[in-house]
Amino acid sequence: MNPQAIIDGLIAGSTIGLGAIGLTLTYSILRFANFTHGDFLAWGAYLTLTVSGFLGGLLAGLGAGAPLAPFSFGWGLPVALPAGVAVTILLTLGLDRVLFGQLRQRGADAIIIVMASFGASMALRSLLEFIYSSEPQYFTRELQIAQKIGLGMRATPDQLLTIAMTALLVVLLHIVVTRTPTGRAMRAVSENPSLAGVYGVDVDHVIRVTWIIGAGLACVAGVMSGLLVQIRPYMGFDLLLPLFAAAILGGIGSIPGAMIGGLIIGLAEAFTVQLIGAEWRAAVAFVVLVLVLLVRPAGLFGRAA
Amino acid sequence: MEYLAYGAFFLTVAMTYSIICLGLNVQWGQTGLFNVGVAAFVGVGAYTSALLTTPETAERVGGFGLPIAVGWIGAALVSAAVSFLVGALTIRMRADYLAITTFGIAIALQLCFQNLEPLTGGVFGVGFIPRAFAGVQGDAILFNLLNLALAGALVLAIYLLLEHLMRAPWGRVLRAVREDETAAQSLGKNPTALRLQAFVLGGGIMGLAGGVQAHFVGFIAPANYLPMMTFQVWAMLIVGGSGNNRGAILGAVLVWAIWALSGSLISEVFPADQQARAASLQIVIIGVMLCLILLWRPQGLLPERASVSKHLGNRHDT
Amino acid sequence: MSALTVTGFKAGYDPDLPIVKGVSFAVDTGEAIAVLGPNGAGKSTLIKAIAGQVACLGGRVMLGGDDITGLRSHDLARRGLGFVPQTDNIFTGLTIRENLQIASELVAKPQRASRIEQMFEMFPDLKSRPSELAGALSGGQRQMLAAARALLTDPPVLMLDEPSAGLSPKLVAQVFETLRRIHASGVTLILVEQNVRAALSLASRALVLVDGELAHEGPTDDLHDGDRLGRLFLGRRAGATAG
Repeated sequence: MNPQAIIDGLIAGSTIGLGAIGLTLTYSILRFANFTHGDFLAWGAYLTLTVSGFLGGLLAGLGAGAPLAPFSFGWGLPVALPAGVAVTILLTLGLDRVLFGQLRQRGADAIIIVMASFGASMALRSLLEFIYSSEPQYFTRELQIAQKIGLGMRATPDQLLTIAMTALLVVLLHIVVTRTPTGRAMRAVSENPSLAGVYGVDVDHVIRVTWIIGAGLACVAGVMSGLLVQIRPYMGFDLLLPLFAAAILGGIGSIPGAMIGGLIIGLAEAFTVQLIGAEWRAAVAFVVLVLVLLVRPAGLFGRAA
Repeated sequence: MEYLAYGAFFLTVAMTYSIICLGLNVQWGQTGLFNVGVAAFVGVGAYTSALLTTPETAERVGGFGLPIAVGWIGAALVSAAVSFLVGALTIRMRADYLAITTFGIAIALQLCFQNLEPLTGGVFGVGFIPRAFAGVQGDAILFNLLNLALAGALVLAIYLLLEHLMRAPWGRVLRAVREDETAAQSLGKNPTALRLQAFVLGGGIMGLAGGVQAHFVGFIAPANYLPMMTFQVWAMLIVGGSGNNRGAILGAVLVWAIWALSGSLISEVFPADQQARAASLQIVIIGVMLCLILLWRPQGLLPERASVSKHLGNRHDT
Repeated sequence: MSALTVTGFKAGYDPDLPIVKGVSFAVDTGEAIAVLGPNGAGKSTLIKAIAGQVACLGGRVMLGGDDITGLRSHDLARRGLGFVPQTDNIFTGLTIRENLQIASELVAKPQRASRIEQMFEMFPDLKSRPSELAGALSGGQRQMLAAARALLTDPPVLMLDEPSAGLSPKLVAQVFETLRRIHASGVTLILVEQNVRAALSLASRALVLVDGELAHEGPTDDLHDGDRLGRLFLGRRAGATAG
């Protein structure tokens, strides 16, 4: 067995984990399985691409596109990322206002909201295809050489950066959720929203914070995936099943669980590609999902329902 | 005369969608089970029927050259079996786990259609699937009309069967389980078993529809069974009215008409090189329509007769 | 001035089928009143709706001089209307301290820590293991935590939905002893109770709700006679069918 699969798995797993954290948070606090979450990744990537393309054109003289060694991208991308995050957040808050929030207010069953998210995800994805066409796009055309990092593994600086960035974001988020008043309020709403109101928690505020965190991480995950692979309208859809599998494997509502779940899915995919063949990669998440549901439906860190 | 042939062709396709929609109505409308993998269950039926009825081919397993009717029965049975496995795994759990798992099996089966070449012919699919009334294929109008009559008869038969089932004790208990699980349980009914039965019945009907479609078109490929199809069928049922079998049929015809019209409109309006891209607008239209109906008229055009389902959210939750 | 005034109040889960069908009453500052009535009379719905947990379908609620009709739970908590639900009234997945910390967000920042400590002094049972999950507490201790949480913000009016439900007689006595202390400290109490005897030991006035309407209102002294209360519980219903 080639140890390279380990680093490949960790890299793919970072993206899946970051995406799954947002999914698991909306799942536990808004109480529905959000099928649009994958598309938030894709929208985040495209929006960031648009901003960075704009910066590149506007500030070509300042070298926004020239690579920042040792990475493959110029400073336009890190500058564009916060803007991309901001617009992705606006997109999700807007969607919540016109769609999910309306249904919630009417007291619609969670499954109706799931269905609405399914419809919205199709619309969002096809809208991307209409605006940007289905042609793959790239943040950078620079080629990077993978370097030896020991134990027979190789990785590019971009790949190592995404792993480091994921680790940083997860630690930060974990501190926010376990140590701050906002995090306490989020855990309270996820356990019992109506009691949280009695305790004086503004549930709508917590829901907004949840969308903001989820959308922000989705955008970062989408940009990472776009940087390491490519940007396509279907990139989010293709990640959706791995995201769900990671969130359920980790236990709905658990941030460390979603991250570990993401890494496990990433590793399982990498080993499948190596041992069985790349054409079955997309089935790995399904197999993991079925195994979790058979063996431990509450997930690794979930509380039994 | 050309219009007549096209009209018959259009309606036949709409009828096959009506069958899928009736199957989904058993799962969602009557039972409240959210299946996000409709396309996969239709696809399993199509491939099963194709495998059973095509003449023997060197590069694939089979085919077995059996009569079309046998293919259809096989389609329904195999799809029902897959439904049973998925349902048995998830139906006891929270409602959206079924949604996620059916979404997953659709992706997994799509990969199987693509990669299990000895069985499915890979990305190129299976051709030369025997057609009903192949003898009159030269006469487009007669051929299309006969096929329409056959598909229409099937829709009618399934419609009558389902109406009968829903009026029978089984259907009444099923609705009782949907509306108030605890009450139904206290009457000694096993909600899990009932739900599973409904899921399997619905899946079987979808498989049958897949078989019917495959034999009408004569050719199948993995690309026919993408999530797009699931999404169209959902739009059909929600537009027509979930819980109402006539609504399911009406919705299928209507949404298929909107689909076909918007398609030809796009090919008129957009230049040839932009058409692939503009076609994505069709999906946007259907997606937005689905959301608008959920927001404004969740009961659809033909509401369920008994009472508006409580799923639709007219009550104020605590 | 009355602490809470309710006029023509209607509430329920379905706009066409109100469970509380037009109830009016006022509670004076510092008073303790009991809301009594047979099962299904709408007692719980009444206070849940006042607390913003069930939709208000008509009428008006005034807290002191402020109109609070239709406000949401967290706004009501902020304005000083405390509410302790009957069941699921603490966060079992959070620690005891975290439960109090969430409530303390409504208190001005400098006082938060000291208010939490005061609650620990008031309910010593909770003090020993503040970092334990609240789910590990016994039934009586849970009611204590629920009460501590509600009192932490020093609400002028506190509503409790069946604080005695599911507790052993010994614990009921303990809970009511605590409520008596709370009342003595000047908090206006509104108490929904099935346990009439316990409720009457604390409240000075009672509302009897039958079929979503107010069947009787008066001092509790008149109600210690069980027969009278029984007639009240049944009477209105019989009258309603006859009329």
